[in-house]
Amino acid sequence: MNASPARFLLVVAGLAAALAPLWVLESFHLFQLTMAVIMSLAVLGLNIVTGYNGQISLGHGAFFAIGAYVTSILMAQADWSFYATLPFAAAICGMVGYAVGLPALRLGGLYLALVTFSLAVAVPQLLKHKALEAWTGGVQGLFLMKPDPPRWLTSVLPLNADQYMYLNVLIVSGICFLLAWNLIRGRIGRALMATRDHPTAAEAMGMDIAALKTGAFAVSAMITGVAGALSAVAVEFVAPDSFTFLLSITFFVGMVVGGVASILGSIFGGLFVLFVPNIAESISRAAPGVIYGMILIIFLFLLPEGFAGLVRRLLAKLSSPGNPQPK
Amino acid sequence: MEAFLLQLAAGIATGGIYASVALAIVMIYQATHHVNFAQGEMATLSTFIALTMIQAGLPYWVAFAGTLVVSFVMGALVERLIMRPVQHAPILTHVGVYIGMLLIIGNMTGWVFGYTIQMFPSPFEGGKPMLGGLFSSHQLGSVVVTLAVLILVYLFFTKTSLGLAMRAAAYNPRSARLVGIRVDVMLALGWGLAAAIGSVAGMMVAPIVFLDPNMMLGILLYAFAGALLGGIDNPPGAVMGGFLVGVLENLAGAYIVGTDLKLTVALVIIIGVLVLKPSGLFGRVVFTRV
Repeated sequence: MNASPARFLLVVAGLAAALAPLWVLESFHLFQLTMAVIMSLAVLGLNIVTGYNGQISLGHGAFFAIGAYVTSILMAQADWSFYATLPFAAAICGMVGYAVGLPALRLGGLYLALVTFSLAVAVPQLLKHKALEAWTGGVQGLFLMKPDPPRWLTSVLPLNADQYMYLNVLIVSGICFLLAWNLIRGRIGRALMATRDHPTAAEAMGMDIAALKTGAFAVSAMITGVAGALSAVAVEFVAPDSFTFLLSITFFVGMVVGGVASILGSIFGGLFVLFVPNIAESISRAAPGVIYGMILIIFLFLLPEGFAGLVRRLLAKLSSPGNPQPK
Repeated sequence: MEAFLLQLAAGIATGGIYASVALAIVMIYQATHHVNFAQGEMATLSTFIALTMIQAGLPYWVAFAGTLVVSFVMGALVERLIMRPVQHAPILTHVGVYIGMLLIIGNMTGWVFGYTIQMFPSPFEGGKPMLGGLFSSHQLGSVVVTLAVLILVYLFFTKTSLGLAMRAAAYNPRSARLVGIRVDVMLALGWGLAAAIGSVAGMMVAPIVFLDPNMMLGILLYAFAGALLGGIDNPPGAVMGGFLVGVLENLAGAYIVGTDLKLTVALVIIIGVLVLKPSGLFGRVVFTRV
């Protein structure tokens, strides 16, 4: 893996695999894939605070909703362009995440899960509230338009709005994944994991636990918020009932199944939460929930590192046959 | 004043429901030091089982007792089959398993019993409004049932040797094992008891909010709020907390925020308690040593 030509090939192959659907898939499937990429990004956000920093959040749907609504309000009410709203959505979600991170400092594992869970349950109610109706459109929600591809691009590459959206989502998500990867493998990433694994020792080593934890919450909320903003535009519609607590649980399931504390796992997780329920829905209305729950428990019992852990194990076995891998 | 008293009475009545779910949460907490996110879904399932028994022609109180037994077995089985294997796993795993159970039980209930909203009979139906017209007979009945359950639980924990053994197993499993208490059995008993208490709450609330698979979601949050407010390690405190949350919710809904933000009241209570007084009003203060 360390040989740079191999890594280069891998990157090229990954890029090709990400771009190929632009021409291969028809409109509806391309939309689904767009949503899967967005879900991956949301799961990545959750993974930073829960996977790498060990603060369990069951309420990331709230940040997703805030990102979606900031973008929608700016686009629908103030006529901003889609691109201009993204930094705004990220900034606001980051601030809200920081604010949620502050009381979270005083709460250990289960309590934090509980508080964020109740946040997730309360979100639709807050969005429907009359005081905000002038901006949010209340129960009716807001309608948006996907951005059209600019002329200079269509003259080179004939793309329709769906394909252009996929390209946008891919680029934004790619940048976020790169940034997250950079953050995690560096000094701050190690500090985050040290805080998760042994807070006392981390503090003794001179790490500022409070700043790390609130910072992790802010970055995590920012990423999930950007995912929300992208989803609002991709769906061209937001309404309070798209952001029930089940959305937060979906992210959580995606994180566990994809791989806790794994960047690659976030991608698996996003693909999983988008495509598995679609398949299960054909059995019964209740089936996606039941299958989600069962898969979640089965993974926790048998494969706690998720898909990413499985892939890692298989790769390790392939690269050194006969040698038992040190864990 | 009349309207205020009515709101207060309604708050006490719903508070009784929250109190019994809060009691179930505290029971699990006492037995395992965990909070079961699937408590509400388990209670809803129990209520559907009760409804099935009643529709099959059993008298109400027979169905009531039968449901208690079934729920107890269900709770103990969940502990045995699902929680036991991950007993020593990290907290993230526990939360994941609770969420998994919430999804499975909640959706299975909908799958088997349907999503239509159903009437659930009350054993206290037909009486005239009581205590100066403030309480309906069902409201008063459910408060009485809650208090009765509380007293039974209290007596069980303080006066019986089994209750003592359960407390010992939760407080210090290793020492408890050394004096011959079967800690595993105590854990399963704790889960069973909690499920049974939860089923009582389900059967008491169903006549008011009507029975459907998502009946318990909001109630669970209020109950959490109540349990935290009263102190998560203190059963009588949790019951007090449950009643308090019921009253607060009703008064806030009527006079301050309006009915559409009632759930947010629960959120505010939870955050407020955890930030300002994490041990709750009646809980023990626990110090963490570094």
